[in-house]
Amino acid sequence: MCFISYRNSLTLWLTQLFCFPDGIDNVLFIIVSSVAFPRKSRISFVEMSSRKSKSSNLIQADYVSQVQRILRERFCHQSPHGNLFGVQVQYKHLIELLKRTAIHGESNSVLIIGPRGSGKTMLINHALKELMEVEGVSENILQVHLNGLLQINDKIALKEITRQLNLENVVGDKVFGSFAENLSFLLEALKKGDRTSSCPVIFILDEFDLFAHHKNQTLLYNLLDISQSAQTPVVIIGLTCRLDILELLEKRVKSRFSHRQIHLMNSFSFPQYLKIFKEQLSLPSIFPEKIFAEKWNENVQSLSEDRSVKEVLQKHFNVSKNLRSLHMLLILLLHFWFCLGNMLALNRVTPSHPFITAADLMEANQLCSMDSKGNIVHGLSVLEICLIIAMKHLNDIYEEEPFNFQMVYNEFQKFVQRKAHSVYNFEKPVVMKAFEHLQQLELIRPMERTSVNAQREYQLMKLLLDNTQIMNALQKYPNCPTDVRQWATSSLSWL
Amino acid sequence: MLHLENMVLCRESQVSTLQSLFGERHHFSFPSIFIYGHTASGKTYVTQTLLRSLELPHVFVNCVECFTLRLLLEQILNKLNHLSSSEGECSTHITCEIFNDFVRLFKQITEAENLKDQTVYIVLDKAEYLRDMEANLLPGFLRLQELTDRNVTVIFLSEIVWEKFRPNTGCFEPFVLYFPDYSIGNLQKILSHDHPPEYSADFYAAYINILLGVFYTVCRDLKELRHLAVLNFPKYCEPVVKGEANERDTRKLWRNIEPHLKKAMQTVYLREISSSQWEKLQKDDTDPGQLKGLSAYTHVELPYYSKFILIAAYLASYNPARTDKRFFLKHHGKIKKTNFLKKHEKITSLVTLQLLTLVGHDDQLDEPKYKCTVSLDFIRAIARTVNFDIIKYLYDFL
Repeated sequence: MCFISYRNSLTLWLTQLFCFPDGIDNVLFIIVSSVAFPRKSRISFVEMSSRKSKSSNLIQADYVSQVQRILRERFCHQSPHGNLFGVQVQYKHLIELLKRTAIHGESNSVLIIGPRGSGKTMLINHALKELMEVEGVSENILQVHLNGLLQINDKIALKEITRQLNLENVVGDKVFGSFAENLSFLLEALKKGDRTSSCPVIFILDEFDLFAHHKNQTLLYNLLDISQSAQTPVVIIGLTCRLDILELLEKRVKSRFSHRQIHLMNSFSFPQYLKIFKEQLSLPSIFPEKIFAEKWNENVQSLSEDRSVKEVLQKHFNVSKNLRSLHMLLILLLHFWFCLGNMLALNRVTPSHPFITAADLMEANQLCSMDSKGNIVHGLSVLEICLIIAMKHLNDIYEEEPFNFQMVYNEFQKFVQRKAHSVYNFEKPVVMKAFEHLQQLELIRPMERTSVNAQREYQLMKLLLDNTQIMNALQKYPNCPTDVRQWATSSLSWL
Repeated sequence: MLHLENMVLCRESQVSTLQSLFGERHHFSFPSIFIYGHTASGKTYVTQTLLRSLELPHVFVNCVECFTLRLLLEQILNKLNHLSSSEGECSTHITCEIFNDFVRLFKQITEAENLKDQTVYIVLDKAEYLRDMEANLLPGFLRLQELTDRNVTVIFLSEIVWEKFRPNTGCFEPFVLYFPDYSIGNLQKILSHDHPPEYSADFYAAYINILLGVFYTVCRDLKELRHLAVLNFPKYCEPVVKGEANERDTRKLWRNIEPHLKKAMQTVYLREISSSQWEKLQKDDTDPGQLKGLSAYTHVELPYYSKFILIAAYLASYNPARTDKRFFLKHHGKIKKTNFLKKHEKITSLVTLQLLTLVGHDDQLDEPKYKCTVSLDFIRAIARTVNFDIIKYLYDFL
């Protein structure tokens, strides 16, 4: 709020002074004048300031939508325009290999190995994009993309290859012929070529370890066989998360494999992780509104130097290095930047404050690191909590031996019968129903499959919560009766 | 949008989280979202209501209903086809048996004009059953956006926490969202929401208070509580209807309803009797002590010899064979030698009552083996009626 006192001649100067650039919307001008000045200029001043703030609001909302679009694409959808962090060496290796097949007609096979979220698919997509930009390659090369989750046996895989290569036994989408016929047709087609005159084929096998579980590993054997003989130049690229993939392959398949492996091990340090955090949040230079982008990037820079932010990121880094979990955190961050307030009323999403703050990141981190079983325990009824405490005591006394319902019920009765806890004196079937609810939530598990002959009350069970989880959950439990809480800390009856 | 607040009570922050996750229509959303929370915490209702009010293209599938791969995939594809086709167009039923074909057909269907450029949502309710289906189904759905290269988000709704879903070699981690349970205040608010128009809101709120006072320590499931509230309200209003008390006589009303609710906990809550039987009971105003529940077989009157056969079966089932000599050598059997046929009849009738079960192969017609499946309490009650001290003969009680 500004209190301004001025004279007539200063009108124009003040108008120029108080027209701020976008960002300031709620400035109230209270103008105190000792001289009455023409009505017209007064109105135009007020109008101008409110118009400017309204338009700046709209402009900001527009920027925000664009920012959201860019950041969402980066975090939610693996766009191939991102940067490669820390995998330059592996990338060079891969692109060289691909070029050797595409341009020089050499056959090859390689396995890209790395834990989940380390960037294998991203690496291969980048490499393919760059390859296609090389002159003369894109018309001359064929790609086949297979995935172990989709092609669950060799018959389906073969049909898919035939479909993607658009061989002659494909009409529209349907592939004709039996498995043997398809296989021989494919091999014929691939064998007919030689290094100089036929199109190189790139085979990309995602979830490679699942292909190793097919019967006799026929597909892998045939593909790798072709890559070893002087026929159509092919490169077989396998992507897998299993480090022991070579042990899954049969001897004849392994011998045909070139044993080339590219490892992606998330081998960056914490300072590099911070840099990645900054780069992931920054807007690219092609963003249309330069001033806004600059301010945004400055804000991100100051965030990455903030101590509390660094602490949160260090904790996150210690749990999991891979970029996917970072993306999850950043999505939550976007959400906290955005949410609260009049979400339900307006159709248009608007943020609660113009730029991301450290507090948003704190909240996002808290949400990320919740104990999900603790959350489930939070929603149980008091009777179910009592049963869990009884099971905890049984575990403490009998050192994690399995128990059955009758034992838990007896322990619970010991609590109920002392000191007039008659409010918890429920009938046995009611307690049984609570016990079965716990089983349904998979907080307790039977030791072996339910047999028809054993009775339900005497079936041995195991508790899937440990003592720390139970005590933490009890602390957070809403309106926990004090006697229950006291019973949880000690099962001795004189207390 | 204001009506959305009235449709989903006590769930504002979850709705806002979901809305911000969905983002704008043509933006990409996170490929998979996993929502977990207790039963009746509003997961299905809120998701469905939100998707409908925002008019986002979505397909809702229940994994209990579609318990095989084929049913699941076909239902998703056909519902999508229905969404994408314009009105009046009759589309043929799509068949799909494997996940590979599903991906291919999905890509084709989402090329349609009104589905392009928008995020399509697939909601899988009761997702815990997906774990028991084919092994590639769960990881496949988690990555559906990547596999189909389309703007699609799969939402999983479940009661079980995410850690129990994760496959052994890992998978694409979904965005995990927790729907908290309702607090007692929230439950009161929601339950008081559907009060019948003939009575005042305060009157109903007092009733809900009493109901929660009896049942809250045992059960926090909204669906159960709602069911109990509806069933027992006529009994609560009875004194007012009969003119014995007016709406404000809380003590009298409480004294009338409290034993009734306690009885309800032993019968209707446990599904020992059906709701219609309970309602009939209330109308007839008979003594609730005479209820014949499903498992209240203690009142089943067995003939004298059947009782001894049952006791003998129990002893034979639960005592180790070598102890028989110790117990029975000097014991004069009270069992008279009955006809072989009658013994067989009595045994089959005990099997029908599910007091004995057949153990082992049922193709052994000449020497069937049985086991006694009654609980200790029951057999003690039976033994008491024939003055037989069974505890003396049980090995575990020596």
